[in-house]
Amino acid sequence: MKFDTAPAPHTIAGYTVHGVMLQVLLALAPVALVHVALFGPGLLLQVAVACVTALLCEALALRWRQRDVRAALRDGSVLVTAGLLALSVTPLLPWWLTALGTAFAVLLGKHAFGGLGQNPFNPAMVGYASLLIAFPTEMTRWPVPLDAEGARSWGDLARLAFTAFYGGDLGTAWDGYSGATALDSIRAGLDLRFTMSELLARGTIVGAVGARGFEWINLAALAGGLYLLARGIVRWHIPVAVLAGLLVPAFVAHALDRGANLAPLVQAFSGATMLGAFFIATDPVSAATSDRGRLWYGAGIGLLTWIIRTWGGYPDGVAFAVLLMNLAVPLLDRYTVPRIYGRTRE
Amino acid sequence: MTRNDFPAGLVLDAHKRQAADGVIVELGAPTHVVLALDQGSGTLLESVVAVGDLVAVGTVIARPADVYGAVLHAPVSGRVTAVETCDAASATGACRCIEIENDGRDAVEPAGWRGDAFALEPPDLVGRLGEAGIAGLGGAAFPTATKLQAARERAARQLLLNGAECEPWICCDDALMRADASDVVLGARLLMRALEATSCVVVIEDDKPAAVAALRQAIEVARARDVVVEVVPAVYPQGAERQLVTAVTGLEVPSGGLPADVGVTCQNVATAAAAARWARSGEPCVSRVVTITGSGVARPMNVRARLGTPLSTLIDAAGGYRGEPLRLIAGGNMTGRALASDDVGLAKAINCVLVATRADLQPRLDAFEQPCIRCGDCATVCPPRLLPQQIHRAVRAGADEAAVQLGVWDCIDCGCCDYVCPSQIPLALRFREARARLRERAAATARAAAARERFESHERRLQEAAVAEQQAFDVAREQARGSIEPGRSP
Repeated sequence: MKFDTAPAPHTIAGYTVHGVMLQVLLALAPVALVHVALFGPGLLLQVAVACVTALLCEALALRWRQRDVRAALRDGSVLVTAGLLALSVTPLLPWWLTALGTAFAVLLGKHAFGGLGQNPFNPAMVGYASLLIAFPTEMTRWPVPLDAEGARSWGDLARLAFTAFYGGDLGTAWDGYSGATALDSIRAGLDLRFTMSELLARGTIVGAVGARGFEWINLAALAGGLYLLARGIVRWHIPVAVLAGLLVPAFVAHALDRGANLAPLVQAFSGATMLGAFFIATDPVSAATSDRGRLWYGAGIGLLTWIIRTWGGYPDGVAFAVLLMNLAVPLLDRYTVPRIYGRTRE
Repeated sequence: MTRNDFPAGLVLDAHKRQAADGVIVELGAPTHVVLALDQGSGTLLESVVAVGDLVAVGTVIARPADVYGAVLHAPVSGRVTAVETCDAASATGACRCIEIENDGRDAVEPAGWRGDAFALEPPDLVGRLGEAGIAGLGGAAFPTATKLQAARERAARQLLLNGAECEPWICCDDALMRADASDVVLGARLLMRALEATSCVVVIEDDKPAAVAALRQAIEVARARDVVVEVVPAVYPQGAERQLVTAVTGLEVPSGGLPADVGVTCQNVATAAAAARWARSGEPCVSRVVTITGSGVARPMNVRARLGTPLSTLIDAAGGYRGEPLRLIAGGNMTGRALASDDVGLAKAINCVLVATRADLQPRLDAFEQPCIRCGDCATVCPPRLLPQQIHRAVRAGADEAAVQLGVWDCIDCGCCDYVCPSQIPLALRFREARARLRERAAATARAAAARERFESHERRLQEAAVAEQQAFDVAREQARGSIEPGRSP
């Protein structure tokens, strides 16, 4: 009897890229849910625009590059990029800015470098940083979360989101609803020589554990991140290093001067900390590749985030920290190759 | 199929229950045998018989040209009917084979060695084991004498008997340890004598408690206090030589070196049992225990069969094919070699005949390769701690130097990286191809160097000849001048 031959191994586990991406999207679901509950349905509009734009751009880029469009679209990686970008921007962003940022992320952040697996920078953060630099006003205008004093109803937030989405004039009627994020307010307040305790005493800035509103988003991201850890999609090195890189200096600074520095717990549950640690910094394509490299990479992101939050020109620093550490990856990869079995370290 | 807490490797579905009942079915000699001249060690033996020659059980029919092959004996008595290229379980899928028609008499070669193996001096014992064709029955068919010699030269005094049998489906060693434990212990003592070893550890994975118990009892009975059984976790590839050495001794075998460099020699339990068989009865290595298994075979079992028995005969003995057999694999599902036909004869390296159906091979059959996303799962499971994702990148870019630096030669070809890769990249195959390319290039460089050397030495000889001719001419001229000018004294 004759048989076909094939190379060993003859069995594999059957993990797939789209399986990994699906798990990431699944882990993002609680974050989105909390986001919608606190900030209104704006996020859903952003997600819709980002996903449609991302898929279109991906298909277009693959055609230009003469690749198999359907096979590559199936991997779902572009949806993760779109989802992360939509979660990073304000839900009050006009749709065309979201589309622009997404197109920037997919076309320039990803395909200009050779597509999936080749991009040195995190595509979502490329899109986010470009928007933040080009449209700082629109990008920093957030709705006041529902759990803060002064906020009215979810329905009002919905109307606000739709008005903003179509680029309508938010005008003075919305003044009580939109404004700066907690980290923004603290930054501005500290610049005006208020002390931290004075700012925190206002009550609208900090909630139970972190920045008002964002603390719940951070908790949801932590839960999603722990799920990814449990499923083995993400390994512990990067998230732990990011949090350590941010919280260790935050702890020291807070201990030295409580008046000028946020408590580490507030740092941990403010801005994009958890989303960054578990979902953004862990993008394997643009991260360092060995375990040791990933520890350095994560620690760098955490430290840079703390530095930017403390002294930088932007209230949150996760996006820039990630992009800066992306730059360091080739160097990290070169110097963190593990010692091979049976070899002495050269 | 879960990932384990072990630093590397995989916990795989064992698939061993099918055949692992501890029974070895003795198969009779087949009507004809096909003996590949590459028994699995990758070196081609030289046939010392011709078509029409009469042979008996134990007659030497092929000898190695180098130290990487083992002497091959006729496993049946009868007449050599062909020496030709046939399908085989060798690297290329075919090689020269000797075919013998069994006369059914099982006559034994009268010139075979008879004596007390334990009375031999260790160096003679090594030589005799080589003459008996004893080779690594764990799947490499590496000649035992060569390994023992290398160990003796390095004064490696510890013997490790490999009974880990970590690869899914394979359970012939488990059956052997349970059925012939006394032979394993006897073989251990024989190999220890050949090595002048001080200790022997039999290493068995913790999913084979019956084998552990049988061996411990056999050790008790034989009062072999210098032989101990060590139980290790069932993790693939625990039985890979280097991994085994580290698991037991905590030492790492140097890159490019041998276990003997850290004072250890590894032999398979089946190899030890084969040595014991030879010591007891004078029978050289002419049979082995092999697992016949897979969803495509009716009654999975372990059999003892003569070398050269066609695999189709083995599968018939196990109840024949069942369902839709899709692939015939010599070995397990991780490192086994897919064969083109079941006419292939049983070789020393074939420890398992896996008749795989679609279900056994999924989801590999539908694997769809995607670009590497650098997730690093491959590095997490890699036993020699390589970064397969980086080697893959280097190999793709044709950066051979970088691939070597990153350890493409340190790869043990276990396939763990393939197993976990979400991009379903055939990494092990790519690395195998890269090594073949590197080997080919090194050979080409060597050939070019040899050609240059030949050319230069030819030039040198021409020049020397020219110089010699000139000198001869000068001398002759001087002499001629001397005779013409008598006034000048030389």
